Amino acid sequence: MLKLYDYELSGNCFKVRLLLSILGVQYETEVVEFHPGREHKRPAFLRINPMGQLPVLQNGEKIIRDSQAILVYLASIFDPSRKWYPLDQPEVLGDIQVWLAFADSLTGSLSAARLHELFMYDFDADACRARAQTLLEVMDKHLWINRQQDFKFLCPLAHATIADIACFPYVAMADEAGLSLQDYPSVRLWLDEVRRIPGFTVMAGIFPAGKP
Amino acid sequence: MLKENSFVYDDWHPVGALAEAVVGKPCHTRILGQAICYTRTPDGLIAHLADSSQPLKTLIVYGLLWVSLSAQPRRILAIPEFEETDRRVVSAGSIRVATSGLRVVENFLDMAHFPFVHTDILGAEPLTEVAAYDVEIDEQADEVLAVNCRFPQPKGSAAASEPVEMQYVYRIARPFIAILYKTCVIDANRLDVLGLYVQPVDEESCIAHAIMCYLDDINTDKQLRDFQQRIFGQDIMILLNQVPKGLPLDPRHETPVRADALSSAYRRWIKARNVTFGTAR
Repeated sequence: MLKLYDYELSGNCFKVRLLLSILGVQYETEVVEFHPGREHKRPAFLRINPMGQLPVLQNGEKIIRDSQAILVYLASIFDPSRKWYPLDQPEVLGDIQVWLAFADSLTGSLSAARLHELFMYDFDADACRARAQTLLEVMDKHLWINRQQDFKFLCPLAHATIADIACFPYVAMADEAGLSLQDYPSVRLWLDEVRRIPGFTVMAGIFPAGKP
Repeated sequence: MLKENSFVYDDWHPVGALAEAVVGKPCHTRILGQAICYTRTPDGLIAHLADSSQPLKTLIVYGLLWVSLSAQPRRILAIPEFEETDRRVVSAGSIRVATSGLRVVENFLDMAHFPFVHTDILGAEPLTEVAAYDVEIDEQADEVLAVNCRFPQPKGSAAASEPVEMQYVYRIARPFIAILYKTCVIDANRLDVLGLYVQPVDEESCIAHAIMCYLDDINTDKQLRDFQQRIFGQDIMILLNQVPKGLPLDPRHETPVRADALSSAYRRWIKARNVTFGTAR
């Protein structure tokens, strides 16, 4: 069975749990205590991922690190509909890759600010939030333009892709990073669209969509 | 009438979990808006104000490091269960929340949010009613108690394997400290003790230190922490969205219902002791 090295309060772990839930894939978890245990930096876990980062997915002998890479891997293997990562549509794959890289920038800004706020990491939270605001402005404009063309998600398709899954968690938890989404209405609409995807699941800090 | 905030100033405040403290490493933090520095030493704890070398009084007890800003602090609260040697003392991991510590304590006292915020763990629809409970003031200890509390819980603790009607006693020991005594699923005659010890950092910032004092012999420390962090992780988003961040004490500010009896008593008790730090004004 698939095994996910997991921590409940991690947005990067959540995005993997979210895609697994949407695809209906069974898996087991091994909790790696990020806070306060810092188990992700201890030798036992560093043997699994020398980068010392969560999550990690294990499928038999195969070990995949990096949450975005795990999304690509899971969608490529477990999604017969080929919607989440459309391997036969290269122009969409290009778009998706842009947003997977964007999701990494969200980790370096929004997630870092959240780690400072909640777990008292010694980061410059204001600088992190300033970077996050630049990213959210880009995202908000992009989503607004998409909506004018009846595309509700990040890629110009009628459905969501792993791009949406990758960018969702830390944006959804922006309040915990000390950043309000008040000024990003298209982003807020998009968050609700993701929450309404069949198979959506929750984590501490992320609640389901209100009943329509 | 107590001098404004002397009730909290002349008291002890937690600054960290003992289990997470690194010996010899100076830590900078704040209590009641005052910057302090503390260091865990091989045989104790030393602390001083950030801008003064004058030592502050310190204590290590209940799995926590404590500091007082006062030269003559009152006695630390009594929690006799910590002397029972078969109990395990486990820190849930300290977490900072950008709101008043009083808000965090009040949320901890509220059973009505269980089915909606802690869905399928501490509650589940349609069982949303908070049964009537009794609020008592312990005049001698100057504490507020809520007794005969009960709530049907799908997964009331890490050790719970089936839904149970959890029995609760809430004890508000200090404005920033509340202790929950709850059904122990492995010993029907005793209660598990979950303490929420809030460090009032600034008026609208606090650090929640949660210490479990449990009889659980099923779960590892890590499993207990994982359970508790899930619960608290769900509360954080709710707390961050409460407006204003300070706790409103004016009874005209909100209209309580019967389920809020403990919260109302808590607010009155704070007001009567002339605590304004962390309140809406």
